[in-house]
Amino acid sequence: MLQLKNLLKAAFNSIMKNRMRSLLTSLGIIIGVSAVIVMVGIGSGSQKRIAQEISSFGNNMIMVFPSFSQRGGVSRGAGSFNRMTMDDVKAIREQATLVEYVSGIVMSGGQVIGNGNNWNTNIQGVEPDYLKIRVWKIKSGEFFDDRDVRSHKKVAVLGQTVAENLFGNMDPVGQKIRIRSVPFKVIGVLEKKGQDARGQDQDDIILAPSTTVLYRLKGDRYINMINASSYSIDTIDKAQQEVTEILRHQHKLDYGQENDFMVANQSSVTEMASATSRIMTMLLGAVAAVSLIVGGIGIMNIMLVSVTERTREIGIRMSVGARGSDILTQFLMEAVVLSLSGGIIGILLSAGIALILNTWTDIYTLIEPVIVILSVTFSGAVGIFFGFYPARKAAGLNPIEALRYE
Amino acid sequence: MKPVIDIHEIKKIYHVGEIEVNALRGVDLAVHTGDFVAIMGASGSGKSTLMNLIGCLDEPTSGQYFLDGVNVSALSRNEYADIRNQKIGFVFQGFNLLSRTTALENVELPLFYDRTHRIKDPKKAAEEALERVGLADRMDHVPNQLSGGQQQRVAIARALVNRPSILLADEPTGNLDSRTSVEVMSVFQELNAQGITIILVTHEHDISLYTSRIVEMRDGRIRNDGPVETRLSAGDILAQMKEEDECCN
Ligand SMILES: Nc1ncnc2c1ncn2[C@@H]1O[C@H](COP(=O)(O)OP(=O)(O)O)[C@@H](O)[C@H]1O
Ligand SMILES: [Mg+2]
Repeated sequence: MLQLKNLLKAAFNSIMKNRMRSLLTSLGIIIGVSAVIVMVGIGSGSQKRIAQEISSFGNNMIMVFPSFSQRGGVSRGAGSFNRMTMDDVKAIREQATLVEYVSGIVMSGGQVIGNGNNWNTNIQGVEPDYLKIRVWKIKSGEFFDDRDVRSHKKVAVLGQTVAENLFGNMDPVGQKIRIRSVPFKVIGVLEKKGQDARGQDQDDIILAPSTTVLYRLKGDRYINMINASSYSIDTIDKAQQEVTEILRHQHKLDYGQENDFMVANQSSVTEMASATSRIMTMLLGAVAAVSLIVGGIGIMNIMLVSVTERTREIGIRMSVGARGSDILTQFLMEAVVLSLSGGIIGILLSAGIALILNTWTDIYTLIEPVIVILSVTFSGAVGIFFGFYPARKAAGLNPIEALRYE
Repeated sequence: MKPVIDIHEIKKIYHVGEIEVNALRGVDLAVHTGDFVAIMGASGSGKSTLMNLIGCLDEPTSGQYFLDGVNVSALSRNEYADIRNQKIGFVFQGFNLLSRTTALENVELPLFYDRTHRIKDPKKAAEEALERVGLADRMDHVPNQLSGGQQQRVAIARALVNRPSILLADEPTGNLDSRTSVEVMSVFQELNAQGITIILVTHEHDISLYTSRIVEMRDGRIRNDGPVETRLSAGDILAQMKEEDECCN
């Protein structure tokens, strides 16, 4: 075996002596590698963003929604659609051992007047635990407490958007507002939370005690949702189980009867979302990998042409004592150097593209080191794989035939 | 003394489709160390075929070839390559230099494949070889910046760099004008004087007169083999040419 250093030098020399051909050869790999990295980067970027958005939504959250139920095969009609009440919330709060926080949620909406301004917004009745579950903070003033809930007190906490639209730069705390002509006292303002995953403004909201919204605004007994949270992410499934049991007992469902509510938890939602985007990432990656293979075939093509083109060179090298294996190694080395340098240029290119995408567009690309290492390894392998056939062809030539070649 | 090249009943048949071409029909040849042999003969008489066999670039169909007492016919492909690298320097009619590669790099090429590493400083050895053929000032030139005679001298330097015992040249002056041919022959004569065995193919009678022995081939056989009666000195002829130039300009 000749010295690796010499062989590398020879490969570099030959590449530099045929710059245009070398560039064309590498182009396939450059495009392939950067396509793989950018595509997978876009995939994992959106994966990460979705995960972030879901986790910003709340902490170890369990959600309970009402649903239709059938008893004895006959639907019990519209009334049965919404069967959750404040008693269910109370039962969970008192009986569940794995649930840290729980809050009933009553949804309403309508015209709000304050400071002489009008604003149409969402009104949500909740309980003090709600802020803990949603990981939300008060910016000024305070939040209502359990006593306010028990006494159906007409107090309100404004989201940023509502506060700005009604009061401008003024501090709304202590001011009076009218929600659908019912007077409320503003006791606090929420911190800004921004848009949710679907692009909805989460700050366009007024929070008030659940009982107040339920009995004074809606005149109803049924609540829309229950949010709860488990002590830790590890116990979230067990906590969900516990909540289910308590509600079944509350709703007097017999063994074998379907739930008349739906329960979901954050980790299962996260998993579902990330599974979808993982599949997406894999698809994007696969498409890009195909282009990498096409790039490899390009290398083989040009190497084959170059074997023919360089037959005389091979003959000359053999006539001064190169063995077949030396020629094989040289050509293989050239293919590997070409594809590896193509890979490295591809990485730089994809880093540039990612930078542009992240700075100038809404697309978020996340380049993970694993992908970079993987694609460099892969492009090296492509070089060996597709370089081998032409290299062996060159090595098998007879020196005289090679020298005679015109 | 044992001959350095000893060939017995060598035959070479080329197959071109269905047709068999008998390029060599049984050649016997012995060459001793220090010989300077010219192989002559008409085109197609088998000179190149014989040279390629002697140079281990090709294998005979039958017959035996002893090089330095070693039976070459029994060797492997890799051993053939090593013999080309270690024992033989080959000069071709068409120079066969790597294009876009400097004279120095071209001359270094055989050392690149030298597995014995007996030459410690390849660059210095290549420089010395170029100096020997009078090209010390052209080392960084690439082939298409050199004249035909200069290219052939680069090729000779390349053939010399591994310090072979035998120099083979197949029509080395075939592409050169008469004056440059004499220059190249003077290089060969100097090398021969230093003890290197040289075999060269030529079809020019003038050129053969610079050697010491003429082997004539016809139809794949050796027809004549004898010493050169009145050997010319390329150095003298060159000096004479120079004088003529000066007198008449
Ligand atoms: N590679 C080859 N394939 C087929 N025939 C060949 C080949 N090389 C040489 N020949 C034939 O062998 C004969 C001798 O050729 P060669 O040794 O080149 O002659 P010379 O060098 O004396 O002109 C010629 O008839 C030529 O056509
Ligand atoms: Mg010939």
